Amino acid sequence: MSRSLIQLSLIHFREFVREPGILFWSIFFPMLMAWVLGIAFSSKPETLESFAVVKNSEGPYFGLKTLIDSSKLKINRAHQVEYVKVFEDSKLGRTTFRFTYTSWDSALIMLKRGQIQLILKESPSRLEYHFDPRSSEAKLGYIYLSSLMKNGKLHEAGEDIMPLTRIGTRYIDFLVPGLIALGMMNSIFWGMCYGLVEMRMKKLLRRMVATPMKKSEFLLSHFIARLSLSLLEGLILLTFSWFYFHITIQGSIAALLLVFFAGDFAFAGISILVSSRVSNTRVATAIVNAMTMPMMVLSGVFFSYHNFPDFVIPFIKVLPLTLLADSLRSIFIEGAGFHEVMGALIILPLLGTITFTLGLKWYKWY
Amino acid sequence: MDIDSSAPAIALHSVIKKFKEVTAVNDLSFTIGQGEFVALLGPNGAGKTTLVEMIEGLQFPTSGEIFVFGKNWKGHQHFLHRQLGISLQETRFIDKLTVYETLNLFASFYNLPVERINQVMSMVGLDEKRKTYTVNLSGGQRQRLALGVGLLNNPRLLLLDEPTTGLDPTSRREIWNILMDLKKNERTTLILTTHYMEEASFLCERIIIMDHGKVIAKGTLDELLAHHNKGEIIEFIAGCTVNTDQLAAIPGVRSIHRASGDKLRLIVDNIITVLPLVMQEMDKQMCGFMSLECRKFTLDDLFVSLTGRTLND
Ligand SMILES: Nc1ncnc2c1ncn2[C@@H]1O[C@H](COP(=O)(O)OP(=O)(O)OP(=O)(O)O)[C@@H](O)[C@H]1O
Ligand SMILES: [Mg+2]
Repeated sequence: MSRSLIQLSLIHFREFVREPGILFWSIFFPMLMAWVLGIAFSSKPETLESFAVVKNSEGPYFGLKTLIDSSKLKINRAHQVEYVKVFEDSKLGRTTFRFTYTSWDSALIMLKRGQIQLILKESPSRLEYHFDPRSSEAKLGYIYLSSLMKNGKLHEAGEDIMPLTRIGTRYIDFLVPGLIALGMMNSIFWGMCYGLVEMRMKKLLRRMVATPMKKSEFLLSHFIARLSLSLLEGLILLTFSWFYFHITIQGSIAALLLVFFAGDFAFAGISILVSSRVSNTRVATAIVNAMTMPMMVLSGVFFSYHNFPDFVIPFIKVLPLTLLADSLRSIFIEGAGFHEVMGALIILPLLGTITFTLGLKWYKWY
Repeated sequence: MDIDSSAPAIALHSVIKKFKEVTAVNDLSFTIGQGEFVALLGPNGAGKTTLVEMIEGLQFPTSGEIFVFGKNWKGHQHFLHRQLGISLQETRFIDKLTVYETLNLFASFYNLPVERINQVMSMVGLDEKRKTYTVNLSGGQRQRLALGVGLLNNPRLLLLDEPTTGLDPTSRREIWNILMDLKKNERTTLILTTHYMEEASFLCERIIIMDHGKVIAKGTLDELLAHHNKGEIIEFIAGCTVNTDQLAAIPGVRSIHRASGDKLRLIVDNIITVLPLVMQEMDKQMCGFMSLECRKFTLDDLFVSLTGRTLND
C-alpha cells in the first residue's frame, strides 16, 4: 500500500473513532435493535384478542354468554363494561380475551382506533362477526373465539401443537443476518454518499485534485475503509448475537466472506454513481433516504417479503439489499455454500462494476 | 522533467469564461514572468477566482488558451500539479483531523519527508496547534493551514485566492512576511487576489485591476498612479456653509465632490500650491475647518474612479 493510500484510508478510521455519533449509530444501534427485537419476539408468547360486543334486546347468544359468565368483570378507563378471560396453554402460551359491551357506533370508533379487531353482534339465535378479512389478526381472533365456544379449548382434540425453538428457526435467527445486511448498506451509503458529497461541498475535493493525488487511490481508500468498517460492525453484531442468542453460522464461512465483499462492492458502486454529481449534502441525505427506506421495508430485513403481492416479488428479489440479506440468511440458517448464493455472487459485483464505471465517467471532481 | 526557464510562468491567450448568464472572464490576454509577484485586484464578482481557478486547472475556459510554464493543462496535469501550490478562496478541511494529520495527508500526495511537514508548520506558525482538530481552529488559523498546505511542495507557482481576508492585522503581517521570504529566493512566482490595496502594493511589484471580467488597469503601483494622473486630494469639513463656486474658481482645483456627510473633497493638481489658496478663500468666507486632510491619490481612490465601486464592497 502506498503512503498516500494509507493516509487517505486513515481519514475514515480516524473519523470513525473520533466521532461518537458514528460509533453509536453503526455499532450500538444495530446491537440494541437486535436485542430489543430479539427479546420482544422470543419471550413467552402472549396474545390479546379484543372484541366489542353489541347487545340485542332479544337476549344474549348462548355460547358467548357461557364464556362471559366465566370471565372477570372490569370497568375500563372509558367507563365501559369489560369481561376478561385468560387462557393458559403450555404450548400456545397465554391468550387473553377481552369483551367490551358497547353500542354499534362506538364499537366502530374503537375499531378505527385499533382498540379492538372484531365487533360481535349477538342475538339468541346467531352471532355476527364483523371484521376486516384482510387483517390476519382479526381472522385469528375469529377462529379462536369460534373454537373456544365449540370445544372450550383453543384447538381441537386430536391435534397437537409442537412449538419450534430450535436454533435457526427462531425470529432472531431470521433477524440477525438481515440486520447485518442492513447495517452494511447504511454504513456504506451514508459513509460514502454523504462523505463524498461533503468533501465536494467543502471544496476539499477540488483542493485535493489540485495535487498529484491519484483519483483511483482516493476512491479505493473509501472502499477499503468502508469494507473494513462494515466487516467490523458485522462482526461485533455477530459476536453479540452469538453470545446473547447463541446464533451460529451453519454454512460456509468462505462463501459468507465473499458475499460480504460482493455486497460492499455493489453498495460502494451505487454510492459513487448517485453521488457523482451532487454538490450539496442535503440532496445527498434525501438521495440516501430515498434508496434505503424502500429497501428497508421491501427487502425482508425485519419480516419476510413473501407477504407482498406476487407480482412485486421478482422485483424485490433483485434489490441489492434483498440479495445480500437472503444470501447471508441462507448461509447462516440454511447452511448454504457457494452454490446456493451464486446468484448474488454474480449480480452484486456486476451491479457494482456497472454503477462504478458510470459514476466514474460522470464524476464531478471540481 | 524540469521547467523551461525561458517560458513565462503564465500566458493567457484570449481567455473567455462564460457561465449561463454572466461572462466571468472576458477575453483576457497577458503573461506573467517567472519570479514575478502579481496582485489581482477587483471588487466582488470581478472574475478573480474564476481566472485563478482556470490557471489552477480547476475550471476550464469557454475559449482561449492558458499555458503554465509553457504547458497546457491537457496532457501535463501530472507535471503541473507538482509545480503548483494553491490556496482556494474557501476550503474546509476534514473536521476531525488534526493540523499535523492534514499536512501529512497532503504531504503524502507529493511524497514529501516528515521534516518538511514540521518545517511548514512552524513557517505558518501552527506549531502549537499541531494536535488541534481543524474544526477547532480559528478562521485565521485555518487560513494559515490552507497556506501551509499550499507551500508544502515548495511550489514554483503559488496561487493564493484572498489569503488574508478576515485576518487581524498581525496575522496579515505574518503572512506577508512568509511571502516576502519566498520572494527573496526568487524561485517562486506568486499570484494573489486581494481586496486590500495595501497588501497589493506591499507584496507585489505588478498589479492587475479587474472588473467585469476585464483588465481595466495594470502596471506597478507608481506606473498606475502616474498613468492615471488623477491629481491629489484635499478633504475637509467646514464650520459653515461654503460657497463651492468660489472654491472651484481657484486655479489648480480640478473638481469638487461631496464625499460623505458634510465632507467636501477637492481634487487638485498639487496640494502644496493649492492648499494656501483654499485656506485664503475659506478665510474670506469666514469659515473655519472642523477637519482637514490632504493626501496623494491612492490605489483605492484610483479604483473608485475607474470602476465607480470601492474595493471592499
Ligand atoms: N459556477 C458558477 N456558476 C455561475 N456563475 C458563476 C460561477 N462561478 C462564478 N460565477 C459568476 O462569475 C462572476 C465572477 O465570479 P468570481 O468568483 O470569479 O468573482 P471574484 O472576483 O472572485 O469575486 P470575490 O471578490 O467576491 O471573490 C460572478 O458574477 C459570479 O456570480
Ligand atoms: Mg473570489
